Amino acid sequence: MPGLAGLFLFDMDKEIKNIKKLIIDQSFKLDCGKTIRDFPLAYETYGSLNKNKSNAILTFHALTGDQFCTNINPITKREGWWTAAVGPDKAIDTHKYFVICANVLGGCMGSYGPKEINPKTNKAFDTSFPVITIRDMVKAQKYLLDHFEIKKLLAVIGGSMGGMQVLQFASLYPDRSHTAIPIACSASHSAQNIALNELGRQAIMADPNWKKENSTPDKGLAVARMAAHITYLSKKGLQEKFGRKLQDEGSLKFSFDADFQIESYLRYQGSAFVDRFDANSYLYITRAMDYFDLEKQFNGNLSLAFKNTKSKFCIISFSSDWLYPTVENKEIVIALNACGANVGFVEINSDKGHDSFLLDVPEFLKTISEFLRSSYDEINNEKRI
Amino acid sequence: MKKEFEVISKIIQNNKRVLDIGCGDGALMEYLKTHQQNDVRGLEPQKNLVQKCISKGLSVIEGDAEKELSQFPKKSFDYVILSQTLQAFFHPEEVLNQLLRIGKQTIVTIPNFGYWKVRLHLLFKGTMPVTKNLPNEWYNTPNLHMCTIQDFVNFCKKKSIKIDKSMCLTNEKISEITKRNMKYKNIFSQLGIFLIQ
Repeated sequence: MPGLAGLFLFDMDKEIKNIKKLIIDQSFKLDCGKTIRDFPLAYETYGSLNKNKSNAILTFHALTGDQFCTNINPITKREGWWTAAVGPDKAIDTHKYFVICANVLGGCMGSYGPKEINPKTNKAFDTSFPVITIRDMVKAQKYLLDHFEIKKLLAVIGGSMGGMQVLQFASLYPDRSHTAIPIACSASHSAQNIALNELGRQAIMADPNWKKENSTPDKGLAVARMAAHITYLSKKGLQEKFGRKLQDEGSLKFSFDADFQIESYLRYQGSAFVDRFDANSYLYITRAMDYFDLEKQFNGNLSLAFKNTKSKFCIISFSSDWLYPTVENKEIVIALNACGANVGFVEINSDKGHDSFLLDVPEFLKTISEFLRSSYDEINNEKRI
Repeated sequence: MKKEFEVISKIIQNNKRVLDIGCGDGALMEYLKTHQQNDVRGLEPQKNLVQKCISKGLSVIEGDAEKELSQFPKKSFDYVILSQTLQAFFHPEEVLNQLLRIGKQTIVTIPNFGYWKVRLHLLFKGTMPVTKNLPNEWYNTPNLHMCTIQDFVNFCKKKSIKIDKSMCLTNEKISEITKRNMKYKNIFSQLGIFLIQ
């Protein structure tokens, strides 16, 4: 008997058929060794591509994002995940730039992922889907450049897992983007981050409904989301927003109901998440993050990853982000400096933790807006000469 | 642009790699980039100034020179600039060693503590000098290691640092420092500008 969320996902699946998809019809070798072909990559674009194709920005989403980075997501009917930054007259101004955003490989918003029907069994792949990596995700999204015939992007940008994709893109394609803006990320997932992801996966896999036909591990996925959500906020931010405030003014219920506002908030976050996200996608994407180790791809020397890069980097971290702390972002800066790459770095003061990159943090938005503007002007002036 | 920056930019040839330590709001960097086609990087500890630089399209890293310089490879810049900051470091000698390691040449400017107004201030008032160039009181000054032009030249000699150019600024006027006029310049200059390696 499918839960309510199950029914909702079923409806969503019907809608997903109507979204933009690029079918990658070449054989595509994954890092795990398996080869896939004729698979869909769902994407969305905002703004319009200019004549000389010099205004395109490829935006990479984080763990639970999708291609609908701004406006109302037509599937979930909620605001896009980066509405704070992307849109007309916003930091990533869609009047001026052409923004491309794809759902990552392994995702659940129309791209090839565990929800896809396996033609051999006529059932969803679920956990028989091949394990994918950040590099696989980035290689797949590069087909969008060919699709739009864009020689060189103005920018690749993304926060968190999106930032990892920026780094991987810059490393794989040193001359395909004028600028690279990795935000609140790391060049290799730390033990703490792997541990936190494992916690989420175990919550899903411990749910008796996981791998059961016609049901979804909603409880497990909700717990995974609750745990993860805590890591996206800072202690100070939580304290200021919730403190010890009670749901019911002034009285404890002496039970295990949600007495505290923070409990009720987390429960809401968990239950709202299962409506829009596939538990198996969560497993696959967190795995891809854990496997990400750009340093290891280059035998322990991160600066070799950027040896040939022609991109100008702007690296941004947040003071209260303990998930991808400034020191990890700075390691990327150090590696870039070691190979003489063009890099700027700033840590933005914010109490909003890792989530800062998704929120209206004026100093942050101003920094990316101005960096993009000056880079765009520089490129277009050069062309005039 | 400040006269000091004019002098520095004249020392630097076109199309060179330059690192500006303590680049502030990036005024000098901007000039070097647009007028001399230099490939310029900056290091600046103050967030708001770093943001200003990034807004202008300048590649500036937020950080403290006493901690951050080791990440740059040997001789990775044609010029490293340190403008009126040497005296503010905890370990100026170590910073200077790093600059000499990173840069093929290094431009250092120092506010001259041997300037006659400074000397007179201490001599007659008997209190720590406060002047236009040294506007802080002893208890809130960022300057931990003040030196004179003579001190800096002596230091370079002692450490076998080669001085390629030495100049001084007084009331916006630039002049050369030579062996013969050294004593005189050490009294009448507000700022020393050195090209060393």
